[in-house]
Amino acid sequence: MSKTQVATCINGDTHEFLCDTHQTLLDVLRHELDLTGSKEGCATGDCGACSVMLDDRLVCACLVLGVEVDGKEIETIEGMSSGSGLHAIQQKFIDLAALQCGICTPGVLVATKALLTKNKNPSEEEVRFWLAGNLCRCTGYDKIVRAVLEVAADMRNA
Amino acid sequence: MNDMTQSNLERALKIVGTRPARPDGVDKVTGRALFGSDKSLPNMLVGRVLRSPYAHAKIISIDTSKAEALNGVKAVITCADFEDFPSEFVPNGEMVVNLKDITRNIMAREKALYVGHTVAAVAATSDEIAEKALGLIDIKYEVLPHVLEVEDAERPDAPLLHEDMITIGVEPAPKKASNVAKRVEFGFGDVEKGFAEADLIVEREFTTQQVHQGYIEPHACLASVSEDGQADLWCTTQGAFVVRNFCSKLLGLSAAQIRVTASEIGGGFGGKTVVYLEPLALALSRKSCRPVKMDMSRAEVFTSSGPTSGAKIWVKIGVKNDGRITAGDCVLKYQAGAFQGAPVGPGAMCAFAPYDLENVRAVGYDIVVNRPKVAAYRAPGGPISEYGVESVLDEIAIKLKIDPIEIRLKNAAKEGTIAPYGPKLGPIGMIETLEAAKAHPHYSAPLGPNQGRGVASGFWFNIGGETSSSITINEDGTVGLTLGTTDIGGSRASMAMMASEELGVPMDLIKPVIGDTNSLGFNFLTGGSRATFSTGMTVVRSTREAIEELRKRAALLWEVDLDQVEWVDGHARLIAGDEPKTMSLAQIAKQAGKTGGPIMANCSMNVTGAGPSLGTHIVDVEVDTETGKVSIVRYTAIQDAGKAIHPAYVEGQMQGGAVQGIGWALNEEYIYNDKGQLENAGFLDYRIPVCSDVPMIDTVIVEVPNPNHPYGVRGVGETPIIPPLAAISNAVSRATNIRFNELPLSPPKVLARLMHG
Repeated sequence: MSKTQVATCINGDTHEFLCDTHQTLLDVLRHELDLTGSKEGCATGDCGACSVMLDDRLVCACLVLGVEVDGKEIETIEGMSSGSGLHAIQQKFIDLAALQCGICTPGVLVATKALLTKNKNPSEEEVRFWLAGNLCRCTGYDKIVRAVLEVAADMRNA
Repeated sequence: MNDMTQSNLERALKIVGTRPARPDGVDKVTGRALFGSDKSLPNMLVGRVLRSPYAHAKIISIDTSKAEALNGVKAVITCADFEDFPSEFVPNGEMVVNLKDITRNIMAREKALYVGHTVAAVAATSDEIAEKALGLIDIKYEVLPHVLEVEDAERPDAPLLHEDMITIGVEPAPKKASNVAKRVEFGFGDVEKGFAEADLIVEREFTTQQVHQGYIEPHACLASVSEDGQADLWCTTQGAFVVRNFCSKLLGLSAAQIRVTASEIGGGFGGKTVVYLEPLALALSRKSCRPVKMDMSRAEVFTSSGPTSGAKIWVKIGVKNDGRITAGDCVLKYQAGAFQGAPVGPGAMCAFAPYDLENVRAVGYDIVVNRPKVAAYRAPGGPISEYGVESVLDEIAIKLKIDPIEIRLKNAAKEGTIAPYGPKLGPIGMIETLEAAKAHPHYSAPLGPNQGRGVASGFWFNIGGETSSSITINEDGTVGLTLGTTDIGGSRASMAMMASEELGVPMDLIKPVIGDTNSLGFNFLTGGSRATFSTGMTVVRSTREAIEELRKRAALLWEVDLDQVEWVDGHARLIAGDEPKTMSLAQIAKQAGKTGGPIMANCSMNVTGAGPSLGTHIVDVEVDTETGKVSIVRYTAIQDAGKAIHPAYVEGQMQGGAVQGIGWALNEEYIYNDKGQLENAGFLDYRIPVCSDVPMIDTVIVEVPNPNHPYGVRGVGETPIIPPLAAISNAVSRATNIRFNELPLSPPKVLARLMHG
């Protein structure tokens, strides 16, 4: 089977890669481009560990084909901290112990950033329903929700 | 000389008990942390597994020739590539394992015993070729009748999984083989006499379903065996040394030939304490002389790793009218899966352990069925047995019109109580957690319509075990810690905090890393709530030894006797003399070369003296009478941690355990069809709690110090999954005035009871 050439922009950098038509974006990120920050927990769109931004839309990278991202912009967890340091959301998760094992953390952070871009003042319920697609088995979600609400307040006051 | 066993219980603490950033935090929020499947090697192959489609079948023949002939296939393995072993039991955490069974579980031999049982594995140059090769392996099966439930498996005419299995623990030994692997019994006194004295006796049967730990990271590993037999293994595990020892036995390699490096671990909860892919990847790599990477799909994790038991249990409790228990009796029948080893022993130990009883008996049966072999899951066995006891106790409280916390206080175990499994308990926090529950505003808050409030307690004994760690004082005054227990939820932080507290230097000067199996002596796995307790013990001791050495070096530099030098706040200080003289850790470290060489210390112990941890949870539920859906409205978890080194991560354990318990109580269950195939092997259909399913989980940390640990640590990870099952069931029962005795309390089951009673 011949491969398809794809040109895309990931975390601000242009990338060109060849991929099989059946390869998912998650496959491409992890196995072709060595961007292993996006995690595979299920490969069926149920766990959210591979959450990335695709042209400002929050998606599960395991549900997008590699060939679909031609000409599009992607942001992964690797693009969240700038050269000058951690994003406020990342720092808040560390400060409030909003992670234990950390496998769901990249997806939760990407999803949180997407939420706070759309809604600067989410209620607890809005946070809970927005993050309902990101499974975490360690924390019971309490500290994650608190971190999101607190960093949202910080960012509003910044 | 510093006393290595000196207690810090009375000392004012500067670091321990605070909430600093964890050392691995930045790696985990940036995607930099490397988990099981995040590593690759040049020239690497992909390994894939062929699994049994049958729940129970004799393997007549396996022909791998076509698969081997496929271009790109570099190795195919079957049971012929693994040595067989006689039956031998080895302790593993709170569980027991048997090499004869492990070698059969990682690769079926005579029979396939569950759908998903490994029967062959392939290494190839690509995923597609490996998948294609699996399809070319020709296996002839003779399908046998299967059995999934304990009550079917123990019938005399049940299909036998192991034709030679004679029940252990029954005198005289049965003459006939059965599916009952073992009988255990704990207790003392005379339960019949106790029941005769009772004013009220309640006796109930309960059912719980098989559930999975549900860690988000599937099993994964990367093995590389060179032509001279040297093996490197990278894998996600709760115990690198345990993996090394299993693999060395299974593959006939020496311990020195295998170096295991634990990746960051994406959750385990007991499920990553045994081996599945690791010996296969090593065998494939040995055969192909190339690195082999393997990982499980989510469906494989469900069908072919080690969930915990479903169970049938029977509980009988007798009480006086004032609520004092006169006797407690229970029979526990746990599914072991395809091989013996259900956690029914710990279940029986803990069933009545929160209480101080005169007459108590707990009998357990370990029963094999055609399901995946169970592994540990957080307080293995405890949630099931204690669910039954705590439910009956709640029913008694209602019948006697006694407050559910009061009836527990009346019977609470305390220092000096003889535990049902034998030992006299040291200081424990049962009464303290109950008092904290009673005083919590949650307990007196008003309830709305269709709401009910449930309470339950939980007991876990906790463990110690073989542990070793080391500390190095670097030339620039920074400190390295090498630890041998997997950091599964922030233990690097707590270890660095204890070292920081002892040394009197800031925590950010201390770098804790998890060492590979060549860097330390044997470390038993992270499990049984032992890491902060046991590894913490070795860190405190090795740090004190390093301080001793620092004092010696200072004494040398000052040309005084050692007893003239004390250690205060990260400095050596001259005790006598005209003017006060101090030397910082960094100043001493800088001159280490001329005072005797690098400064380091290590500590190896078989740690004993774990302190049991008790918890009490309060939950408010609301039952939708139209649909049967149960919502968690409010939740409070209270637990004795002994001492919380990093309270935020202690709270995290309590919150995470509580929510796993909520999932167990409300939704989670393995659903099999009549062919023995798992019908919900994915997160969509096996529904663990999502963020919108739960409220905030309030926590109260009670601290009744464990006198056997320098900071009083007990270990907290296990206990919080125990109370939720009964607390929620009790709350639903109180909300509906219908007594529920079956989990999960999923909408169809609750609705059926609401409609038909």
